[in-house]
Amino acid sequence: MNTKKIYSIGGLFDTPDGITKAAEDAVKEGYTKFDVNTPYPVHGMERAMNLKPSLLGFITLFVGLSGAAFAFLFMYWVSVMDYPLIIGGKPFFSWPAFVPVTFEVTVLSAAVGTVAVMIALVFKFPNNSHPLHDTNYMKNVSSDKFGLNVVYIDPLFDESKVKDFLSRAGANNIEVIYEPERKPLRVFDPKFIGLLVMLVLLTAGVTYFTLNKLLYMPPFTWMAVQDKLSSQSQNTMFADGYGMRNPVEGTVARGFTPYEFKGQPDSVVKNLSNPLPFTKENIDKGKLRFDTYCSPCHGYYGKGDSRLNGQFPNPPTLHSDKVKNWSDGNIYHVIVNGQNVMPSYAKQISKDDRWAIIHYIRVLQRSLNAKDSDLETKKQ
Amino acid sequence: MEYQKKELPEKVRTTGLLLAGAGLLLIIISYIVDPRREAFNNVIGLMFFASIAIGALVLVALEYLSGAVWSTPFRRVSEFIASSLPLLLVLAVPLFMMMGLVFHWAHEDVVSADKVLANKTAYLNIPFFIGRTIGIVLVLYLFYYLFTRNSRKQDETRDQRLTKTNVKLSAGFMPVAGIGLTFLAVDWMMSLEPHWFSTIFGIYYISATLLAGLAATTYASVSLNEAGYLHPGINKDHYYSLGALMFAITNFWAYIAFSQFLLIWYANIPEESIWFVMRWEGNWKYISVLLVLVRFIIPYAGLLSQPAKSDPKRLKWVSLFILGAHFLDLYWLIMPTYSKSIVFSFYEIGFPVFVIGLIIIVFYMQAKKHNLAPVGDPKLQRGLDFHL
Ligand code: HEC
Repeated sequence: MNTKKIYSIGGLFDTPDGITKAAEDAVKEGYTKFDVNTPYPVHGMERAMNLKPSLLGFITLFVGLSGAAFAFLFMYWVSVMDYPLIIGGKPFFSWPAFVPVTFEVTVLSAAVGTVAVMIALVFKFPNNSHPLHDTNYMKNVSSDKFGLNVVYIDPLFDESKVKDFLSRAGANNIEVIYEPERKPLRVFDPKFIGLLVMLVLLTAGVTYFTLNKLLYMPPFTWMAVQDKLSSQSQNTMFADGYGMRNPVEGTVARGFTPYEFKGQPDSVVKNLSNPLPFTKENIDKGKLRFDTYCSPCHGYYGKGDSRLNGQFPNPPTLHSDKVKNWSDGNIYHVIVNGQNVMPSYAKQISKDDRWAIIHYIRVLQRSLNAKDSDLETKKQ
Repeated sequence: MEYQKKELPEKVRTTGLLLAGAGLLLIIISYIVDPRREAFNNVIGLMFFASIAIGALVLVALEYLSGAVWSTPFRRVSEFIASSLPLLLVLAVPLFMMMGLVFHWAHEDVVSADKVLANKTAYLNIPFFIGRTIGIVLVLYLFYYLFTRNSRKQDETRDQRLTKTNVKLSAGFMPVAGIGLTFLAVDWMMSLEPHWFSTIFGIYYISATLLAGLAATTYASVSLNEAGYLHPGINKDHYYSLGALMFAITNFWAYIAFSQFLLIWYANIPEESIWFVMRWEGNWKYISVLLVLVRFIIPYAGLLSQPAKSDPKRLKWVSLFILGAHFLDLYWLIMPTYSKSIVFSFYEIGFPVFVIGLIIIVFYMQAKKHNLAPVGDPKLQRGLDFHL
């Protein structure tokens, strides 16, 4: 009945000394492709089996160093290049803070990598089991016996000779281990793939349930009940009912210069001239700010034809002669102080940005009133 | 093969005497020329000595407690090194008499004008300080005495129960040693900057202590074994274990040292970070960087590979290197209080030379009286049979 291929022949021994002796004998007989399986590490076995130091250590080193490099560079990228945030007043590249994570990732990747590579090597990827699995031999060596098995790839392998050797060496239970029938590429077995799919679905489902449902059920919601003021909701703590407080009168934000002409008639500020150079850079910045802050009312081209038209007192066009003839200082004054229903934008828009917007308004005005001479200059 | 007791060659004693003599001479000269500076060096010397002697004793206890067998064949080496323990008090006496030279808090007028220090007087006062040091050294010596008495008795009686007693003793010893070393570190080094505090400082010194004791044991064991003074049969696997342990404790030191730095750097509270700022200003910066290289990176690289850990030549130079690095570490811990910039000349040499000389002499004398192998220890044979 046995048409199956022999994988190895194993013998069981009762004591660690017995197995060490057997390994030495096997080396003496000239066997090279044999393995020893013991329920716990037996000291001195490498020497008895005449093994070279394993190369796995170098793989560990390589994987560990890759993990370290990955972790460090990733943190560098995140906190210096992609999304620099000031944390605790430290520089963006605060390497001491990277060290613990780098260390952990090194250890983790080295450990996981070593085990994965070892399993892949021992099981001979893509197989996911070993011929010794599910044998009597394995059952014994994983409880209280010590086993030695000579594998068929040994140049001296011969069924009867190996059996003879094992019994001479003192093995008391000799077992022939057959190569299990392998379907090609077990990894692609539909059952295995089905299992993977199930696992994916299960993980995704549990994650979805946890994040979207479970955390919104008591007692997990208790976390949200906290004795603090939320900025956006009403409360009775302060007389005005707001949670968010206004800055103290006269507070000046960093990098923000207060407007020195506040509340004064525009005649005073008319004479201010635009301190920003008229460059492409400033105009681009002006466009960005204009589109953000002004366009909702005045329209993208300043024609007063915005999407708010009709829902709000119609904002005037910025191409009127009035505005065209205004000095830059005058427009500046409107941005800072507002004018009638147009509110002040002093809080939102910084000084430089205001002047940049004015540059852009001038560009808009010019573009809608191009002169023939412009074409002439273009031709040249 | 049997162990044959041999006396160490005369040369060893001469070397010890020469070193100790030269060191003592330098110390006396330095104390006359610049007592304050030499007093700081005295602290370094004391801490250096303490870590070698106590570290060796901890190794002895560690072997009993963990049931290790591989180190039994050369446990006596650690015991002999640890026997120099009481001499610590000799080194501490000059400082006991001149506390004010190094310790800011030992001046009554300073303390009364400083609220923080005034609140610490319950702990930081001269009589209690001296009492603590003497008490710790005596208690540790008591343990040393009991360990070695039992072990020597065993040489004659081969009574296995004595090993059991020592195991129990070492269980009691470990916390005592941990607390004692912490107090020594806090008293002699942390209190140099009495406003500063770091809760990890004790374990920092403990890790350095283990390393110093182990390096001294390793150097002595490998040299003695090569010259044939130990029990025959000590092989590469024993060496490997020594090397692996040194490698592990080097990492442990780095882990602790970095932890101390990281927490203080992260919180960046002035009263804590000042200590690192002092070591990062002026040319102390170079020593700080050098320390990382010398105390961690070089020994780490030197012991990383498997063959390196069992190569006797490598072990000898790495262990000497580690002792040197340990000295540098103590210098870096202690000297910035004395001077805002690096100072190094003959003042700094006297104490280490003296301490090494002392340990060699003590070792020689011990080896004359006692076996260099614990011949009655039931674990000895298993230790000799040890294989990886
Ligand atoms: C909330 C809608 C709104 C926004 C946003 C807005 N404005 Fe106005 N703006 C108006 C209204 C309405 C008027 C006319 C006020 C009046 O009745 O005098 C006006 C008037 C002006 C005037 C004076 C025109 C004139 O003929 O008197 C200027 C200049 C001006 N806005 C510039 C700006 C700039 C620059 C921005 C962007 C920073 C801006 N506005 C953002 C609604 C807005």
